[in-house]
Amino acid sequence: MIESDVLVIGGGLAGATAALSAAREGADVRLVSHKESTLRNASGLIDVLGYHDGDLLADPFSTLDNLPEGHPYERVGAEAVEDGLALFDEVLGDLYAGSHTEKNALVPTTGGAVKPTARYPKTVAPGLASDTNEMLLVGFETLTDFDAPLAAEHLENAGVPFEVRGVTARFPMLRADAKITRYAKVLDTNEKGIRSQLVEAIKPHLGDAERVGFPAVLGHDHPEKVREALGRELGAEVFEVPSGPPSLPGMRLENTLFAALREAGVTIETGNPVVDFEDSNGRIDHVKVKRTHQHVPYFANEFVLATGGLVGKGITSSREGVREPVFDLHIPHPENRYDWFEDDAFGDHPFARFGVAVDTDLRPRDSAGAVEFENLRAAGGVLGGADFAAEKSGSGISLATGQFAGKRAAQQS
Amino acid sequence: MSDSEKFPIDVFPEAEDMDLRPGADSCYKCSTCDTSCPVAEVDDDFPGPKFQGPEQWRLKRKEDVSVDESVMKCSNCMRCDGACPAEVPLSQMHNTARGEYVREEMSMLSREYWRNRILANYGTLARVGSKVPRLTNAIMGNSVVQRVNEKFLGITAEREFPDFATETFVEWFEARGGAKVQSDEKRVAYFHGDYANYNTPEVAKALVRVFEHYGYEVAVPDQRCSGTPMFANGMLDDARRAAKFNVEIFHDLVSEGYDIVCSCTSCSMALRQEYPELFSFDGTAEVAAHTYEALEYLRIYEDVEGDLKGANPDVPDLAYHAPCHARNQGLDGQAVNLFADLDGVSVTDVGDSCSGISGTYGWKEENYDTSMKIGEEMFEHMDDAPGETGLTECPTCAMQMGHGSGYEIRHPLEVVESALVE
Repeated sequence: MIESDVLVIGGGLAGATAALSAAREGADVRLVSHKESTLRNASGLIDVLGYHDGDLLADPFSTLDNLPEGHPYERVGAEAVEDGLALFDEVLGDLYAGSHTEKNALVPTTGGAVKPTARYPKTVAPGLASDTNEMLLVGFETLTDFDAPLAAEHLENAGVPFEVRGVTARFPMLRADAKITRYAKVLDTNEKGIRSQLVEAIKPHLGDAERVGFPAVLGHDHPEKVREALGRELGAEVFEVPSGPPSLPGMRLENTLFAALREAGVTIETGNPVVDFEDSNGRIDHVKVKRTHQHVPYFANEFVLATGGLVGKGITSSREGVREPVFDLHIPHPENRYDWFEDDAFGDHPFARFGVAVDTDLRPRDSAGAVEFENLRAAGGVLGGADFAAEKSGSGISLATGQFAGKRAAQQS
Repeated sequence: MSDSEKFPIDVFPEAEDMDLRPGADSCYKCSTCDTSCPVAEVDDDFPGPKFQGPEQWRLKRKEDVSVDESVMKCSNCMRCDGACPAEVPLSQMHNTARGEYVREEMSMLSREYWRNRILANYGTLARVGSKVPRLTNAIMGNSVVQRVNEKFLGITAEREFPDFATETFVEWFEARGGAKVQSDEKRVAYFHGDYANYNTPEVAKALVRVFEHYGYEVAVPDQRCSGTPMFANGMLDDARRAAKFNVEIFHDLVSEGYDIVCSCTSCSMALRQEYPELFSFDGTAEVAAHTYEALEYLRIYEDVEGDLKGANPDVPDLAYHAPCHARNQGLDGQAVNLFADLDGVSVTDVGDSCSGISGTYGWKEENYDTSMKIGEEMFEHMDDAPGETGLTECPTCAMQMGHGSGYEIRHPLEVVESALVE
């Protein structure tokens, strides 16, 4: 019989945080993730709140109290956000920066935009837009996600307080089709002196630049070593420009978080989805994990649902309506599907806020507002009430609600 | 009514019996699969699972485009399946592409074809070799023979052939008079595969003793190779024959109330996932639905976790490597978690890298270096872990672990046997 005190469903940032905080409360915790963690698709940036009503926020904490009822931050309160960040800072330690301030940092993206974020990998740090040092951006012909000259132009147009140029170079040795993991591997191992070869290719373009930004492929296991070696030879600070999925900063984050989970004694299972459950007297008795063809019961005292939103498939939709597929939880949404969106592509779309509605203990509520199951909590992207893409609040919500749900689940178990 | 009236939509008539279009359409090119591919990480000539699966499938809809030979560099670790967020049946696409490549592009007169065929049909070789185990071991261990194998067959001389046991598992089982426990309720049919039978009968014996300890009647039916090495080499006809034989035998046992247990995670993967993806003999689905990895089965139906807590097995400290095919079935953390509270034994997970051998892959001369490069991380972590004994469910991962570290490698069932059975 497979059982634990707390069962966490979902292996993204919210699930990992929930499992970690539950384990630290002393609970016996199992984390079940349908696939490998989606963290490898994360940029690695930890946003708390970047925009409110369309305005860029310098200090996310000043605005947390102004969020409407039902927003995940309103449900758990600012203290949970601080606790979530504290847990993150402790686990990521030297790999991340930003914990010294409550203010948002401005990080240049591959598109040449500037993104407000609360925590960022150390590899990204020298690229901050608030710095005034002259910047060179380097893209590679073979990594088409990052057009460095275009990004430089965009940054200049955005009015950044420094000189910035962009150049497209050829990455030595690798052929066009190599995967980002291959770039990282050759740099990690310095295969055939690749680091020096790369430096030689960049040097003619360096000029007076004091910092050089690359696509985020500077090593998987030893990014600090790679960055330090390149910087020393170039005579400039080297940084990464975080890119879209899949992403090495995301994979590094995944490695560190999952190592912490194992360290804390969390049992981790990937590869099989939770598809069904049995309940009695208002409590979940067990869930059913689909292992190829069998439905295997997993028993626990407390459950945390952290399966993500529409993209992560924690929420699904059809022409008939919007559903939460594991527990069939209520998702508030307009009856008429033409009311789910606005005509303007960048408008304030209702669908962006779709998700389960919860009480202040993060327990999902049914259409009448009653708690669905005493021992089920929801965390992260599956929660409704926040447009995390527009607010830049996704990882902060995952950390805050994951930490809160995990802790509460452990205390109740 | 004519057939064309019954089936008005015939988008890709050439799709034959397997229409992979819905799977290909699900791919939104996020490339996550490429980042989980252990081959792409060390070999930039390998275009990765996204290309080998949905992209190659789409390309082939056009005329005059045949399966690219790079598909033979895929090691069939199936990690891409576990990474894909859109449920694209990547490994199924790779298996079919590889089958088509071998059928249509590879000369049956080539050295590569016959080398692959010999490697894929290891069981045939083993059946002959195990008749005279000491002689075979002496011959295969001979360095001249190994060099000849490399030169004429392309089988690397770097590796030591695994020894054949002097008594096969099946011989042992028959000599002891078959099952020692009879039960109408608790019955398992053991799919031991070739390796546990010919090379590591101690693993198979451990399975029998552990299941009998829990009161199960164990059946050991006649069987052939699960087919994993054949899928990986594109020898789908060989695989079909083996699978058909296994499905018939095991389907009968399922009808008699038996569940199927495997001690090799590639075998359980083949029976529960690859068979239904690739074949449709009568009973395939039932066999798949009743197949389990042995320890997984005990975790579901017995309190093996409780029984192991505080047990004191006579085993050294162990460095555990999770085989890719265990990972894919969600079994990667199982052994470490189950053995965490054993008395006097530390079991260390050596991380999530692939061992690099992937069955027959690392036996090929041209893949040997790639295979060792992939395994490097695992070797390093084994070195860092306490003790000098490895632990894994997969026989070829065990070969690679032993080859790269010089350690002796054990199977989790042997640990359970030592902990629970007198």
